[in-house]
Amino acid sequence: MENIRYDLITALPEIILLGMAMIVLIADLFLKQSNRIAIYGLSQLGLLLAAYFTVTTHVPSVGYAFTGTFVDDTLADVLKLMIYVGTSLIFVYTRQYIQLRNMFRGEFYALVLFSVVGMMIMVSGQSMLTLYIGLELLSLSLYALVALDRDNHRATEAAMKYFVLGALASGMLLYGMSMIYGMTGSLNISDINHALMSGARIHSVLVLGLVFIVAGLAFKLGAVPFQMWVPDVYEGSPTAMTMLISSVPKLAAFAFVIRLLAQALPTLAVDWQQMLLIMAVLSIVLGNVTAIAQTNLKRMLAYSTISHVGFVLLGLMSASGNGYVSALFYIASYVVMTLAGFGIIILLSRKGFEAENLSDLKGLNQRSPWIAFLMLIVMFSMAGVPPTLGFYAKFAVLQAALQAGFLWVVVFAVLMAVIGAFYYLRVIKLMYFDEPQDNSPIVAPFDMRVILSINALALLAIGLMPQGLMSICFYAISRSLS
Amino acid sequence: MLDYFLQHILSFSIWLPVLAGGLVLFTANDSKPNLTRWLALFGSVLSFLVTIPLYTHFNFADGGFQFQERFLWIMSFNIHYHLGADGIAIPLILLTSFTTVIVVISAWEVIEKRVAQYMASFLIMSGLMIGVFSALDAILYYVFWEAMLIPMFLVIGIWGGPNRVYATVKFFLYTLLGSLLMLVAFIYMFHQTGSFAITDYYQLPMPLNVQVLIFLAFFAAFAVKIPMWPVHTWLPDAHVEAPTGGSVVLAAIALKLGGYSFLRFAMPIAPDAAHHLSGFMIALSLIAIVYIALVALVQKDMKKLIAYSSISHMGFVTLGFFIFNNLGLEGAVVQMISHGFISAAMFLCVGVLYDRVHSRQIEAYGGVANTMPVFAAFAVLFAMANSGLPGTSGFVGEFMVILGAIQVNFWYAFLASFTLIFGAAYTLWMVKRVFYGEVANANVAALKDLNKREFLILSILAILVLALGVYPQPLTDMTNATVTQLLSHLANSKLPVGL
Repeated sequence: MENIRYDLITALPEIILLGMAMIVLIADLFLKQSNRIAIYGLSQLGLLLAAYFTVTTHVPSVGYAFTGTFVDDTLADVLKLMIYVGTSLIFVYTRQYIQLRNMFRGEFYALVLFSVVGMMIMVSGQSMLTLYIGLELLSLSLYALVALDRDNHRATEAAMKYFVLGALASGMLLYGMSMIYGMTGSLNISDINHALMSGARIHSVLVLGLVFIVAGLAFKLGAVPFQMWVPDVYEGSPTAMTMLISSVPKLAAFAFVIRLLAQALPTLAVDWQQMLLIMAVLSIVLGNVTAIAQTNLKRMLAYSTISHVGFVLLGLMSASGNGYVSALFYIASYVVMTLAGFGIIILLSRKGFEAENLSDLKGLNQRSPWIAFLMLIVMFSMAGVPPTLGFYAKFAVLQAALQAGFLWVVVFAVLMAVIGAFYYLRVIKLMYFDEPQDNSPIVAPFDMRVILSINALALLAIGLMPQGLMSICFYAISRSLS
Repeated sequence: MLDYFLQHILSFSIWLPVLAGGLVLFTANDSKPNLTRWLALFGSVLSFLVTIPLYTHFNFADGGFQFQERFLWIMSFNIHYHLGADGIAIPLILLTSFTTVIVVISAWEVIEKRVAQYMASFLIMSGLMIGVFSALDAILYYVFWEAMLIPMFLVIGIWGGPNRVYATVKFFLYTLLGSLLMLVAFIYMFHQTGSFAITDYYQLPMPLNVQVLIFLAFFAAFAVKIPMWPVHTWLPDAHVEAPTGGSVVLAAIALKLGGYSFLRFAMPIAPDAAHHLSGFMIALSLIAIVYIALVALVQKDMKKLIAYSSISHMGFVTLGFFIFNNLGLEGAVVQMISHGFISAAMFLCVGVLYDRVHSRQIEAYGGVANTMPVFAAFAVLFAMANSGLPGTSGFVGEFMVILGAIQVNFWYAFLASFTLIFGAAYTLWMVKRVFYGEVANANVAALKDLNKREFLILSILAILVLALGVYPQPLTDMTNATVTQLLSHLANSKLPVGL
């Protein structure tokens, strides 16, 4: 009995959100369109409750539940809280957008909540199967979300592409996992680690399994050479979904990488370090160089994401506590920036008009100096120019890689960052130096404007005082990884 | 109260203009531009007044860092909010806050669109540049150094000339490239010392090959900013396209950031590399002095001509640094301050003409002295100062550097002194073509002489140029102790013992 009680308390946030998703689905059947706003409230309430229980059940030590397949450590709690905040922001930013496009239905909120549960399971997975189930729950919800606007051909195509390639990646991941299982006889993360430490195994089989696992992870993260789906899906999906895909799931993917590579397979670090290094360098090059040629804003941000993933991999590749902390810091910063960036794109869209081309930003400073200023902060943050948060993210990753001895990789990454700065500067150029093409007023709900402003200004505020976030990342890693 | 102020005077100097800029940005709108202008003027004058005690309360005998403030900023990386200024930094800080006042006044009715953003950019930039001059922590310094690019990028891009986008993007990317390499050097030294304190780096022994790499990383950042030949190509573009205020700030202060940083970072942190590469640095300086002066001679655009003349004069500054003697180094500092006044004045003069005729081409003018006699008098004075006439500030720095160079090598001094000929040639030839002769066209015939505002700023600058030329002692008194201390630090090898 005690065990079950502990298990249930440990997984309480997941259970609450799952329950809320069900309630949303059922309530949706009985609500008229005019009352549907209640669903929005319920979803936000669910996130709030989950956050409350995540905080109150938090202990500094590491706890295992469900016979060791589920872990509750500081890393999991921190990432979950970030996921709640991110998802809550997404709900605020997308409310008007989906209302105007006839997607304001229970399905949207239920699917997003399901995907959140998936992410939470990924974050807390301590067995390869739990991790996989979490990943699939997340992925399937996202495929459905992309296709939610069912009369939209581009979105359907994007969903198809996303599904096929995502399924392929899941297959590779499973295949790799099966090889590791074959070599170690366990699915449990810590058991695998112990098994690999204690005895000699056939190295080539392990590395083959590792290659598949890393390939699967790279697919999900969107790192080169597994990045093909990213620009197409970003461009084709409704902006609300693009915002979701590009932001919080990266936090879960980060946990996934930490659990599999840093916790289960640290003995193979020499091997995966090389793989991550190659992918990091290629992602940074391809992401930054290709982004220059884009005229579509969402596509440009897709390539920018690829380059950001490259930087995250650069931190992970260091395979040290310092490296993991820096990668976590980077990905948290990335999520804040991305949410603000897509929030502004959504703000500029209106009924029957999608702001998605770079030229739609022209003369924004004359249409609304405040929104242009917010976008300016986001762009400089993405480019890594101080005093914004993005600078410290790049700084942390670069110093970790340098500490691990990769001086020339760091110099190379820095040169690529300069190339990257160019296309962020182009966005600013369009907003500030060009004349506006369309002068229609920008309408948005008050709460969205306020929260978006806070979101973007946070980049500046945390940039001036980054220690808080750094400490959180430091404790998340140091208390969870022995 | 006064004690508290003096202990935190550098923080006040940095954050007051930044706050004033924010205030200007948020309280003013374009329908009431005069409110914005007065607010900006008030903010800049107040910011200037705040920096004055840096001079009056300076301990002239002490060459070290004064007015220090230090507290922990980012614990994870042992980064401190550490400020302090020595005899080289304080004149530059004063120059910065003074120039901002000039820029605000010079933009008074000239800038008509988005006045608040224009004024705010300059106020914020002023605070950030003072931050660069007073930061004693490498990351704090880097944050100010990079953040300063943002307002400058906007100033050139929004209020600049026809080719402004190309110029401003080039300016930004050039500078960013150099500074990121510097950041890598900082991180490297952080892993060696566990600290980002500049003074810790001064003590860090390093083998020569490491020192050379670090020196080159700094070189990439600072040579672009100064700018030295051959990485100077962004400057003529940026100057030509920038609005008058932007050109003034670029020439008067932004270029000094590079020069100052050589003294603060590259040379004391890697002194052996600095000696090792001094031949190279002197060669680049001499090329800038002679070759760029010749380039200036053939320019048709007045702003471009002054931009090239700036590069040539900054060549004197780097020459003064790398001959490693007292006269050279002090002369270089004097030259930096003097060039700040003279180049600001020259660009303001071009601005006066441009506001009236909307052309920067020399051939669009001729005989301006006939219609604008007062203005012509000022312009001739500043032109003389630019070509290094004794009695103006332009002479003092150049003369000291040449004297210093002659102690090291006769030919350095010989080549450097060519600038007195070429400088006079290109400046006076421009003056001749623009101001003398017959009235060239109807535009010139219709010119009105200086208004009160223009007269005010040009006369302040004229007084300063003459004062510094006749009596430079207040400045040299300030720099003396610091320069001596720096030279004795540079004389000691930092190679690890036993290598």
